[in-house]
Order: sequence, then structure tokens, then C-alpha cells
Amino acid sequence: MAKPKLNLLERLYLPEILRGLLITTRHHFANLTVHILHRVGLAKGKRGAVTFQYPEDPRPVARRLRARHRLMKRPDGSTRCVACMMCETICPAHCIYIVADEHPDPRIEKRPKSFDIDLGICVMCGYCVEACPEDAIRMDTYITETSSFTREGMLLTLDDLMNHHNEDNFPKHTSS
Amino acid sequence: MDKFTVTINGHTIEAKPGQSVLQTALDNGIHIPHYCFHPGLPVAGNCRMCLVEIEGVPKLQIACGTTVRDGMVVWSNNDRVRQAVRHVLEFLLINHPVDCPVCDQAGECGLQDYYMLVGRYDSRFAENKVVKHKKATPIGRWVMLDQERCILCSRCVRFTREITKTNEMAIFNRGDHAEIDVFPGGELRNRYSANIVDICPVGALTCRDFRFRCRVWYLKQAPSICPGCARGCNIAIHFNPERPHHAGGRRVLRFKPRPNPHVNAFWLCDDGRYSYPFIDDHRLRFAALREEGGVRQLYLKDALDRLADWLRASRSGRTAYLLSADSSNEELFAARKLLRDALGVRCLLPDTGLRTGDADDFLICEDKHPNTRGARILFGLGENDPVAPDRLEAGLGAELPELLLVNRADLPSPLRDKLLAAGTRLVFLGTNDNATAAAAHLVVPLVVFAEQAGTFTNFEGRVQKFELAVPPLGDAAPEWSVHQGLAERLGIDLAFPGPAAIFRQLTAEVDAFRGLSHESLTPHGAMIRHE
Repeated sequence: MAKPKLNLLERLYLPEILRGLLITTRHHFANLTVHILHRVGLAKGKRGAVTFQYPEDPRPVARRLRARHRLMKRPDGSTRCVACMMCETICPAHCIYIVADEHPDPRIEKRPKSFDIDLGICVMCGYCVEACPEDAIRMDTYITETSSFTREGMLLTLDDLMNHHNEDNFPKHTSS
Repeated sequence: MDKFTVTINGHTIEAKPGQSVLQTALDNGIHIPHYCFHPGLPVAGNCRMCLVEIEGVPKLQIACGTTVRDGMVVWSNNDRVRQAVRHVLEFLLINHPVDCPVCDQAGECGLQDYYMLVGRYDSRFAENKVVKHKKATPIGRWVMLDQERCILCSRCVRFTREITKTNEMAIFNRGDHAEIDVFPGGELRNRYSANIVDICPVGALTCRDFRFRCRVWYLKQAPSICPGCARGCNIAIHFNPERPHHAGGRRVLRFKPRPNPHVNAFWLCDDGRYSYPFIDDHRLRFAALREEGGVRQLYLKDALDRLADWLRASRSGRTAYLLSADSSNEELFAARKLLRDALGVRCLLPDTGLRTGDADDFLICEDKHPNTRGARILFGLGENDPVAPDRLEAGLGAELPELLLVNRADLPSPLRDKLLAAGTRLVFLGTNDNATAAAAHLVVPLVVFAEQAGTFTNFEGRVQKFELAVPPLGDAAPEWSVHQGLAERLGIDLAFPGPAAIFRQLTAEVDAFRGLSHESLTPHGAMIRHE
């Protein structure tokens, strides 16, 4: 790529720095003025720059947001998942790892012995939710803070997916 | 008249008199849907899926039960046939639970395939389904039965009646209460029981060993030869290359038979079918050297350096090699060129796999190695070989060898102790861990048959080709490349670019194999020239 030719003023360095500072300062005072006027009920038509005080003030999220997964439960508290591997098969990121096992209840065929989702790989596409024939996996926890200091910390196990501290916040609608 | 022509779907085809319309169509690449028909079993004609229109016959006829006539005109793809077959399928599926997500057959199920091919209707059945015994029940060591999924094609019943002649299964009750089962209190007691899992077109009979291990669409296949006995049944190795978390990290998950009319027809015995775990379990992955103070792992090239030094230092006539009938023809030929011809090593075939009285009149052989015939031919072994384990010591000669190379075999422990006490250097070349590998001074890891291409010669002298399925584990190498590496270090000219080139050289040098080529081995193998 060709390097842009600088004129003398630009090559002198300091005038350009000052010009930049001027732009920042102008924005600062313009916003300060607009926000003060908003406080006293004036200049409603003018918009000032917006800053969210995250994480103290959580961002509002859309109702349909695809967030961290959870596994649904049967009335007796066991998982609804039947380990059919549809989600594992459809997953474009290959981040779901299921190991199937015999279910102790003779009326139910299969259950997952382990069900791991690697959030470090997950692309949050929601195909797993679409593919599930049992409505056993959903992405409606609204948990968006899923960082970890280790790769292992990003791995959700069956236990993580079934038990949540904020279960009261989840949508209450049940499946058909 | 030997041959005449029939016209199926507008294609004029030569047909053999006495053959069924369905078999004629299948032989010529025209697929007519069918469930109860199986080329290895007698015709039952009960599933009605293979209905075809025959010009001049007012009603639709079943293709499996109709014999071809000269000049017959058959249609299997017109609207009348399609509609009839769709209704047949709809009836077969009336009481089917459609539990595909938890069914192991899903992905290789005849109901799924034909629903997509000729079905594609919306269910119109408003009544309650007849629910049979709910959960699957084991009916033998290897087979799980789920009566709800059964469409009563009776292939399994005909298999136990006609092929194994053990008659364990039957259809009980009548109408929509009819169900297949073993007789009360009985179970499948034949050595070919898992074949009914293969021939079951739906998920009624599934394999207990494979149960919930892996979904079938994750599996890839490679054509191969069963290493379980001297018969050399044709198999497909089904392996799971991308998702190692299934089945505890095992790569190979099952063997399925491949049809070969000269060897195994459509079948495979249970012993051979379930011999697959050795491909992944207790494998030797890295070379190991026993020194004072313990065993040290080392690179394969360093192990070969060491072995070449030992071969050079050992006095001629005091080195012996116990070859293995699990090796392919190519591996045996490389061993013959290097050890027997160039170095003059005494070569013996220990007989570790003979189970006298284990054979039957169908597929199972007494000799549990796949390539004893090949080893006999390539090393010119006489009547006294293979050497029984108790005669092995005598076979090694009056003096115990200074250097003994053991290929795969587990030596009897008295002989092993005697060799170690006499100061023999024991080198183990092998695939799986055993007591001899644990006691050896040097261990060289080899690949198993599924990790390389090659050929086996079965007991009749049929040479059959197998392909690579899974990559080698760790440092393991094919035996021919080990011999080649040794030859290079010893200054012997033995250049092989790969197993195909070895086979070409083998066919040029060994009389029994003369005239064979990889092309002539496709698809059903070829016989050696009889001595």
C-alpha cells in the first residue's frame, strides 16, 4: 500500500495533535451542555452521546436474545434430554459433546451420561435449540457474562446446564 | 434358452431364467423398494413393498416372488406403483413408534429411507397405536429386541431357520398383536446371531455392543478383511474419526460384513465381528528399551538403530525370528527379504492361534490368524509348521538364540523365563501389549491391519485386499517399513515405496502369487496358483 504523502503542517506533528485535542474537547463540552440542558428540561430535540454504566447498570436485552444454554427438566427433576445427538450433529462449531447412557427408567430409552458445551467454541447460533425434538435445550437464560480465565472454565457440564443461581429470572412459559 | 431379455422401466435387460424380477432389477442397478427380500434368504413375500406393474397382468405383482419371463415388461416407477407402495408403507408404519431420535438404527433404517423415497405423506392415523412391550429386551449376548419397531418382515426368523438352522425365533400371535420373539425361556444361542441385526431393515433388532455408542451418521467405512480367523470374511470397518468422546475414545466401533459370494456370502460370525476392540485397546504406541534401572521410552528411529546394532553383533545362526500369521503378505515378504534371505535368520511360525475343535461347517476356522497360508507360502513352511507352543523351544535349535525377535506372539512363560535366564536378547515387534512385550529388552510398535493397506491369503488360498481405515497410533509403523529401516542401517538394498510396490515385487518373485495384481483382487479377491 502506498504511504500517504504528508504536507509540511502534518510533518510538524504538534499542530495535528492540537487539532485532535480540539475535536475531543469540542465533543466533551457540547455533550456536557446538552446533558445539563436535558436535566433542566430544555433542548429535548437535541441528542447527546449516551454512555451506559455497565456493569453496574445492566444493558436492556431483547426478549429473543440467544444467551447461555440451559437444559430443561422433567417434573421429577431429571433432564429432559434423551441424548439423541441432534444438537451435536447440527452444531456448526462442534462445541457439544454428549455421551449417551441407558436410562434407569424402563419407559425411557436413553439419557446423557455427560453433556458438555464448550462456550469458548460456541457461536451462539441457536441451531441446537431448533434441532432438539424434546425442547430439552434452550438459550433463554439471559446470562451473557460467560468469561473465564481458563479454557476449562468455558466448558459447561450437565450440572452447570441444569442448575442456575438465577433460575427465577428465566421465562416462565413451558413447552407444549 | 440360457438368457433372455426383460424390460424394466424402459431399460432392456438380459435376465437369467428362474431369477426373480427383483433380483434382476437389483443386479442391473434398478432399485425397487423391499424389506422382506434378502438375496441370502428364501423369499417370503410378506412386506408387499416391491409391488410392480407387469404388462398383461391386471393386478400389481410382488417383484421378489415373480419369476422373469422372456419379453416381460415391468414398471416400478409409474404413478400406479408409486401410490400402491406409498400405501403399503403407510400401513407398515401405523403402529411404528417413530422414535427415531433414540433409535440406534436411525440413519441406516429402511423405514426412513423409503419414507423419503416413496412416502412423504402426512400421517392420517387418528386411532391409538397398538403399544407392545415398551422397552427393548436383550434376546442374546449381542442382540437387543424392540418389538414396537418391528414390521414383521421375518428376515430374522428365516435367518435362524435357514442359515444357522437353530430356529430360536418365530412370529407369535396374530393380526396387529403379532410380534417376533425368541421362544419363551430361550435366547439366541448361535455363533452368527449378530447377523440378524444387519439384516433387520428397521430398528427392531439392534446390537447390544454398539448400543448408544455413536450415531451411525458419524461413522466412516473402509473395506477390509476380518482378522479373526483363517476364513478371511470380507468386512467394512466402521470408524468414528471426528468425535473421539463417543465410545471412550475408541476409533473403530464395529465390523460389518461385506458380501463376497466366494468367502462369506453376506455373513460374519460373532467372534470375528466383536474382535475389533484390539485395534484401540492396550496398544503399543512407542518404542521402549529395557535398561538397568527400568524401561525407557525412545523414538522409533533410535530403537531401529539399537536393533540394527544387535543384529550386526549377533553371530550368524544364533538369531531367530518368530514370525506372525497376523502380518499381511507384504509385511511377511519384507521380513523374508531382510531376515531370511539377506541375514540368514532362522524363521519360525509359532502356532498361538489354533483352537482345535472350534471350527464349524460354515465360516469359523480353527486357525485364528488371518494369514497362516500366506506365511506358509512365503517362508516355505512344511508340515511341521506352525510350531505348537510346547515344541517352540526344540524348534529354536539345540542352543538358545542370542537374539530373538518375536512378532506379536505371547511366548509361553516357561520359555520366556528360560530365554531371559540364558541371556537371550528379546525383541518384541508388536501391536498390543502382552507379557512378552513387558519382559522384552526392546519393544518396536507396529500398526494393526486397520492402520495400513495390504493383503491376506485365506486358508483356501484366496488373496484379498484390505484398505487403511484409521491412522497409526503414536510412533507405530508398518512392519515392512521397520524391516526397510533395518535394511537401510545394515547396508542392505531393500527399497519399498509402499505396500502396493511390495505386492508387485511379491507377485514377480513368488510363484504362488504370480499373475496377481491389485486389479485382479477387486472386488472378491483371487486364488493363488496351486503348488
